[in-house]
Amino acid sequence: MEKVDLIRARAVPLRADNVDTDQIIPARYLTAITTDGMGDGLFASWRYLDTGEPNPEFVLNNPEYKGAEILVAGANFGSGSSREHAVWALSQYGFKCVLAPSFGDIFYNNSLKNGFLPVVLPKEAIDALWDVLEGDPETQLWVDLRTQNVRMPDQQSLHFEIDPFRRDCLLQGLDDLGFLLAKEDQIAAFEAGRDQPAAA
Amino acid sequence: MGKTLFEKVWDRHVVSSEAGEPTVIYVDAHLIHEVTSPQAFAELRSRGLGVRRPEQTFATMDHAIPTREIPLWPDDAQAQVGALRDNCDQFGITLWDIKGDVQGIVHVVAPEMGVTQPGMTIVCGDSHTSTHGAFGALAFGIGTSEVAHVLAAQCLMQEKPKTFAINVEGRLAPGVTAKDIILAIIAKNGASGGVGHVFEYRGSTIRSLGMANRMTICNMSIEGGARAGMIAPDITTYEYMYGRPHAPTGKAWNDAVVEWSALATDDDAVFDRSLDIDAGALEPMVTYGTNPGMGVPVTGAVPQGADLEDDQQRRDLEAALDYMGLVQGQPMQGQHVDIVFIGSCTNSRIEDLREAAAIVEGRRVADHVEALVVPGSKAVKAAAEEEGLDRVFAEAGFQWRGAGCSMCLAMNDDKAGAGKYVASTSNRNFRGRQGPGSRSLLMSPIMAAAAAVEGQVVDVRGMLR
Repeated sequence: MEKVDLIRARAVPLRADNVDTDQIIPARYLTAITTDGMGDGLFASWRYLDTGEPNPEFVLNNPEYKGAEILVAGANFGSGSSREHAVWALSQYGFKCVLAPSFGDIFYNNSLKNGFLPVVLPKEAIDALWDVLEGDPETQLWVDLRTQNVRMPDQQSLHFEIDPFRRDCLLQGLDDLGFLLAKEDQIAAFEAGRDQPAAA
Repeated sequence: MGKTLFEKVWDRHVVSSEAGEPTVIYVDAHLIHEVTSPQAFAELRSRGLGVRRPEQTFATMDHAIPTREIPLWPDDAQAQVGALRDNCDQFGITLWDIKGDVQGIVHVVAPEMGVTQPGMTIVCGDSHTSTHGAFGALAFGIGTSEVAHVLAAQCLMQEKPKTFAINVEGRLAPGVTAKDIILAIIAKNGASGGVGHVFEYRGSTIRSLGMANRMTICNMSIEGGARAGMIAPDITTYEYMYGRPHAPTGKAWNDAVVEWSALATDDDAVFDRSLDIDAGALEPMVTYGTNPGMGVPVTGAVPQGADLEDDQQRRDLEAALDYMGLVQGQPMQGQHVDIVFIGSCTNSRIEDLREAAAIVEGRRVADHVEALVVPGSKAVKAAAEEEGLDRVFAEAGFQWRGAGCSMCLAMNDDKAGAGKYVASTSNRNFRGRQGPGSRSLLMSPIMAAAAAVEGQVVDVRGMLR
């Protein structure tokens, strides 16, 4: 897993609450048996017209935001389906981080497992960011995982919370499977200490 | 202080809980399907890992498969199903294959097979895994990375969620169903109201419901923002489970029932949050918007933006109505319907089909409506055919399909066209969920049956017999 520490990049304002994983990547893009090629499906229903041409109205197609690596979204981002394809799609498209007032639980977990940083900021901060980013798409944001701060355009710093263990994993690029496999003795002891589940 | 049902199940599965680390919990039963598992097996292979407990993983095919006879499957569905067969074969995992007698939507089949049991931890790479909480299991959806974790280690790293009691008291009026209870809960508490919590559905109304109805309610916990929803096991649970293939037998059964009966929340346990629902005041519900919290009683109307407090909510309402082609203040009754879908892990069990068939019997699907019934499993399909429900539906003009997820998520060829209104018994009314540009109106099976007959949203209470 790629390390995450400081993300210094331009950002896209996605002014909507409850952006569900069906919007992030529709089910018709889930037909692969690998993780490749998901970036094309990102926000497909919003990004493309029925003709397959880019929808000029959608913010990601606005050339002023080209190259942005941070997405600024509304509350309950990534709600709905458990599809990890949503994180793969965001990441393969070029995003490294999403700022939002809250996240769907499964999406949040999936993000952390892919070196993709979900940051919870107060709703007022998100509202303010939307205004600034819409006014000046050149605006650079700093999202610093080391200090757990987002530097806002007005130079103010906003602290964000993240589980310390998760933070360390992201900073070091460690994935969870290694951690779990290192628990082998405890897992074996747990299994030995109880009857086998009746379903087995 | 006593413990809640959730806390009892959680505590029994803690493998490791050390300061500065997430809790590691053990997984009793792992369910997999063709769409979210291939990349997990690829991960195992790339690391040279095996499946730790293949006998605790069960697979079926449901998401991408066609539900009608078609001469040639699409290449991608074939590839996913083929990969699942190969993976199950290589790692020794039980597969409920579409070629066999047991197959269907994973959240319908696992309970039918007795794999789902009280007190268990159950996970699946599918958010509607919350369904299994109806048995008093702690069951939740996971991503594909976590599917690999469970395959390799039979464990997951988890933050302990908070507890949320949903107390439902009173007697449901005729025509008001479990689906209406959960849609009303989500309308009241919001689509993100349960984030970070596990719901426990409690109270006399819940106790009076059968297992299919309890599964309907727990199924949509995720639509309320919670990852899991639970109901304490009781005699209704045990009656459903007794004699199922993976259920314990003999003395083990008796011991299990004693153990399961101790799982219920203690009288002096405290929940982090709670919500009270008066079941007697509920009406049939229908959604008007693009998230499941956007629901109203069928006698109601689309809300007015002016009544909302928050600018963002107003913008979201306007955007949702723009997509849905509905207007503020419009009555829900009389809303045009093009397609009726009765199916999904929410509402495709035999009880759902019986209730819908009772509305449909002797009536005709409106001329302009395409209507389909997709049973949740081969067992449901067989039981329905045994009872003659297939004929009732077919004579009324419904298509009678094979088991699968079908138009709930439109991964297979069952897609609603752009702009079409779908009266659907499924769980999500997200934009384009049932096909690009489709517009979903979520409701109960009997409401959907009524909508099929009338070709519009109607109050099913006027059509009960």
